[in-house]
Amino acid sequence: MAEKVLMKGNEAIAEAAIKAGCRHYFGYPITPQTEIAAYMAKRMPKIGGTFLQAESEIAAINMVYGVASAGFRVMTSSSSPGVSLKQEGISYIAGSDLPALIVNVQRGGPGLGGIQPSQSDYFQATKGGGHGDYHLIVLAPASVQEMADLTVKAFDLADKYRCPAMLLADGTMGQMMEPVVLPEVDTAPVEKPWAVTGTKNARPHNIINSLYLKPDQLEKTNFERYEKYRQIEENEVMYESFMMEDAEYCVVAFGITARISKNAVIAARKKGIKVGMIRPITLWPFPTDAIAKAAEQVKGFLSVELSMGQMIEDVRLASGCRRPVLLCNRTGGMIVSPEEVLAKIDELVAL
Amino acid sequence: MIVFEKPKALTDVPLHYCPGCTHGIIHRLVAEAIDELDILGRTVGVAPVGCSVMSYDYFACDMVEAAHGRAPAVATGLKRAMPDNIIFTYQGDGDLASIGMAETVHSATRNENITVIFVNNAIYGMTGGQMAPTSLPGQVTQTSPYGRDIATAGYPIRVSEMLSTLDGPAYIERVAVNNVKNVKNAKKAILKAFRNQVEGKGFSLIEVVSTCPTNWGMTPAKALEWVENNMIPYYPLGVYRDKYADAKEG
Repeated sequence: MAEKVLMKGNEAIAEAAIKAGCRHYFGYPITPQTEIAAYMAKRMPKIGGTFLQAESEIAAINMVYGVASAGFRVMTSSSSPGVSLKQEGISYIAGSDLPALIVNVQRGGPGLGGIQPSQSDYFQATKGGGHGDYHLIVLAPASVQEMADLTVKAFDLADKYRCPAMLLADGTMGQMMEPVVLPEVDTAPVEKPWAVTGTKNARPHNIINSLYLKPDQLEKTNFERYEKYRQIEENEVMYESFMMEDAEYCVVAFGITARISKNAVIAARKKGIKVGMIRPITLWPFPTDAIAKAAEQVKGFLSVELSMGQMIEDVRLASGCRRPVLLCNRTGGMIVSPEEVLAKIDELVAL
Repeated sequence: MIVFEKPKALTDVPLHYCPGCTHGIIHRLVAEAIDELDILGRTVGVAPVGCSVMSYDYFACDMVEAAHGRAPAVATGLKRAMPDNIIFTYQGDGDLASIGMAETVHSATRNENITVIFVNNAIYGMTGGQMAPTSLPGQVTQTSPYGRDIATAGYPIRVSEMLSTLDGPAYIERVAVNNVKNVKNAKKAILKAFRNQVEGKGFSLIEVVSTCPTNWGMTPAKALEWVENNMIPYYPLGVYRDKYADAKEG
């Protein structure tokens, strides 16, 4: 059993990425994720890796695109306004079917917003973000341990499906310290015959590209990519089910709000309310089937979010609007309290 | 006896460029440099957004298509991941000197060991002839229909001069391909820019003053004259920075 160490969430991401075989990091300073860059700046030169502070988020994501084209594990990290800048590059990475990890340690928005925790980039992360038809695999950690574990998982899924993955954390997750067991990773490299490593005069040239001037070819590529997404939806959904066996009400929450909501669920149970929680770990693919199944069992849902209500749309869709879905939210960097969640559970019961 | 043949670094795909466009010459010079240094098998090129967007089909080495202006950032990623490979970008004036200026300046100041081929024809060709950062004062384009007005559109950017003020880059030269003598010089410069990378000398940029007969609204022959009479006076040819030659002299 590996030893437990006390780490900040941001540092856990960085060390887990190194364990996963990532040797190339490109970033640009922005609160509240800068510890990732600082950690990489210290570690990468000692292990023969690349740390580069880019001139902009745009440059950083395009450096990621370059390394990913060559077939190496690579990542960048930022926070909400910076992730907006990366969207162009993310669209190209998705459109060129390249694996890469993008970390978003969310802060309040829109605009410059604030530097406190938020979950208001849910739409951006799960619905596309940049231009065109594409998805990211989006993983939402709810502990420092998961910051590490899901970083490794994100690299594996990105390589498996040749698509970019995003770790969608928030300022709380990034800044808080918890004991973590760093994952031991089998770093056997994935074969990437498509990578641009030079032809060595032994094969036709590889081209990494997202341009298709013939519309039928672009359409074909998009259909093929969505077949891949269908497989991801079929095979890679992850969620935690908490006290759902006999639940009459279902809280849906991810990341930091799931941890807060768990306390509210326990408090409600003590009051005799049969409530459970579904915590999506993959935000895309969303645990649609789990929510649909819960809709047959429960009288109502409560979506708890640090936004004006974004995931709630997916809860409504997944439940087929068969049950009422209430929203418990704070935004702008304010954090929802267990009492507020409990009060909303009471409201749901009283409907 | 073979006296002339297609370089190995070019594929058999026919170029799509307009008649009289000098991209074809510049592609060939790049390909000849790759052949002469025998680096085809380890070269990766980065194509831009612009007329040469489809150059990934024309160069026989591995190729990556970059977003508009981002080629030097993509090349930085490639080179950092594969320091033994030879990485070049091939970019136009809108790509390199407008939307991608930050990537250009910062890759130069980091002295990334890459080779940048900068094709300056003072216009956006692919989108149909709009004003470029390098369009000359008074130059008529689709978006400067009364001529480039320096009062509102500012002055053209002399990229080679500007970058040569940085301590980072190894080699910066401006050449042209409007006559045989200039083509020969351009060949020498491009070869040197690739050789510098092979020798680990760092960032080399060759600005090639080029033509766009279609969007300039001229015959190919007139376009070559326009380069001589209008472009070159504003964009003087020559070596703007050669760190290693300077070091020798010093």
